[in-house]
Amino acid sequence: MTQTTEVTSPQSEPTATVSGTGTVATRIIGIAALIATAWLVAFGLGFSPADRDQDESVRIMYVHVPSIWVAYVAFVVTAAASGGYLFSKRHSLGFDRVAGASAEIGALFVAVTLVSGMLWGRLTWGVFWQWDARLTTTALLFVTYIGYLAVRRLGGDHHQRARRSAVIGLPAVLLIPLVHWSVVLWRSLHQEATVLRPDGQVSMGGLMLFSLFVGVVAFSLIYLWLVIHRSRVAALADFADDRLLADALVARRHEGGADTDSNHVDMSQTADINDVQHPGGER
Amino acid sequence: MNDAGFIFGSYAVTFGAIALFALATIRRGRTLSAQVPDEEKYWT
Repeated sequence: MTQTTEVTSPQSEPTATVSGTGTVATRIIGIAALIATAWLVAFGLGFSPADRDQDESVRIMYVHVPSIWVAYVAFVVTAAASGGYLFSKRHSLGFDRVAGASAEIGALFVAVTLVSGMLWGRLTWGVFWQWDARLTTTALLFVTYIGYLAVRRLGGDHHQRARRSAVIGLPAVLLIPLVHWSVVLWRSLHQEATVLRPDGQVSMGGLMLFSLFVGVVAFSLIYLWLVIHRSRVAALADFADDRLLADALVARRHEGGADTDSNHVDMSQTADINDVQHPGGER
Repeated sequence: MNDAGFIFGSYAVTFGAIALFALATIRRGRTLSAQVPDEEKYWT
């Protein structure tokens, strides 16, 4: 791929009138997410009843459970986008950016799940942490995706990053069934699933189930809003990286005394560098 | 409400962390956006 893009030197700034990564659609999603979050707080902390066994501490469930479910979804999206990058003919970096953005948000959601779970555990079990099957596998899931995110920062060109991380992001999703069914596979202190049960039954009803549903809607909208913005930020960062490389080439030409009658560099040179390592890859 | 500190704390940690991440994302987007020409922003 040789793509000719005019890249300006630091002396002449590009024409950038659009500030940020927002659009009308993302603003609508953002407002919907805020409204759903307000509903979640109202139902989770106010309208839903206390539980017969767990009393008021059950209210933590309305943020704890939706956050891990949406984290599962985020990691499935990472795996799908990783597969999209690896197996599509175009090897579009758009897949890679969505994969990375989704993994970041998924890791954040797992982190808040772990913290809210620790607070809930302190109330119901009397301890913040136990090396229980569900807790341990969830911690493993978190560490795996932190590792995935670390691999994304190892360096190299964009296609090296994409290929390397996709190879991890695709199989890492297999941890999700292990985490979810850990309470069935092993004897666990953690309670079994109340909604996504193996027998398909839902052992919850009324306002409690509705509050949980509101939580799932709120976290899904938050995820959607975040993943769109984060993917766009990644696209901007990739372009800025390319520009730095182009500027470095201009500087090197000046050092070498080559003909540099303008402050523009042909991006095909940087694209050629990528092509050597990844023929056929697209920006 | 019993155990209000733990319950409110779990909500505060959850939404606080998400809000910080969202703010950081928006700020980074604005900073980078100023360095990139509009024609490279596929969402415009």
